Amino acid sequence: MVYNESEVPPTQVKILIAGGFGVGKTTFVGAASEIEPLSTEELITAASMGIDNLSRTGDKSTTTVAFDFGRITIHRHDIVLYLFGTPGQERFWFMWDELSAGALGAIVLADTRRLQDCFAAVDFFENRGIPFLVAVNEFDDAFPYEPGEVRAALELDARVPILLCDARDTASAMSVLRSLVQHLLAAAPAPSV
Amino acid sequence: MAGDDEVWLDDEAGPLIRPYTVNAGRTRPTVELDLLSLVVTTGRAGSDVDPEHVKALELCHTPVSVVEVAANLRLPVMVTKVLLADLVDCGAIVTWASSSSSSHVTDRVLLEKLLDGLQRI
Ligand SMILES: Nc1nc2c(ncn2[C@@H]2O[C@H](COP(=O)(O)OP(=O)(O)OP(=O)(O)O)[C@@H](O)[C@H]2O)c(=O)[nH]1
Ligand SMILES: [Mg+2]
Repeated sequence: MVYNESEVPPTQVKILIAGGFGVGKTTFVGAASEIEPLSTEELITAASMGIDNLSRTGDKSTTTVAFDFGRITIHRHDIVLYLFGTPGQERFWFMWDELSAGALGAIVLADTRRLQDCFAAVDFFENRGIPFLVAVNEFDDAFPYEPGEVRAALELDARVPILLCDARDTASAMSVLRSLVQHLLAAAPAPSV
Repeated sequence: MAGDDEVWLDDEAGPLIRPYTVNAGRTRPTVELDLLSLVVTTGRAGSDVDPEHVKALELCHTPVSVVEVAANLRLPVMVTKVLLADLVDCGAIVTWASSSSSSHVTDRVLLEKLLDGLQRI
């Protein structure tokens, strides 16, 4: 991209890829991203975690939370979509408003061998009013559940889409992304005439 | 081992470290930057920039997001923001104002364009 001051900057948007530890978040980001996923970290202050009294280091204490991300550039419409894989240490990213602020929506990856691992992410997005869908990442040795069984187990609203996917497969990851955007469109207010 | 500068929250959390020393104790950038803010060099680099700032500057020849600068510098986002804010303050980089993501959350036109783009990949 050659920068020219007269150019209009692209519209930058983000989608979160959440779910429990080891469910395939980084794999999913890597499959969909046009760049090798990058990883970085953020310092979360103890104050923002609601933890007081950290002795000597006072309220300046921080802990680091690593996360990874990738991006997809849509040149035709001058949009850059960032995919943020939320950190496996979920109890910390929940404290991190900037990661979810302004996100268009989220994909919650689920592993049917440990469905309970994604409860926290589902609760988080429900509470924040961030639209999401659940994508069951089908591991080879996992018992094949029906989406309906997953919905019941997660007590998901009927409107929340549930899909099956293979996080390693680019076509599958892209299909999940498209489904999420379709879900967002269905939920978005009708165009004003 | 927890040294003088570390306090363990608990085993799972790992050490709580002091804010990065690279910013000389400053943790608050003077310019509002978020993860996706775009920054780009102006070509007017100050002469008194230290190595961390030089490295950051080198990453901004074309517009780049704050989070990508952080990943490439291998520094936490918060630390990177302070470095970049310094560079904005001294005129070496500018933020390339992006139509911010949050205002578009319910923008159908944007979602339709996004879907169209994803369908063509
Ligand atoms: N068989 C199979 N393996 C997968 C699939 N998706 C991911 N894996 C593997 O599962 C492991 C964990 O995947 P990651 O992408 O690192 O998971 P993560 O959610 O980023 O993990 P954390 O960041 O540690 O929470 C890796 O070894 C992947 O290769 C899948 O669809 N099928
Ligand atoms: Mg990961």
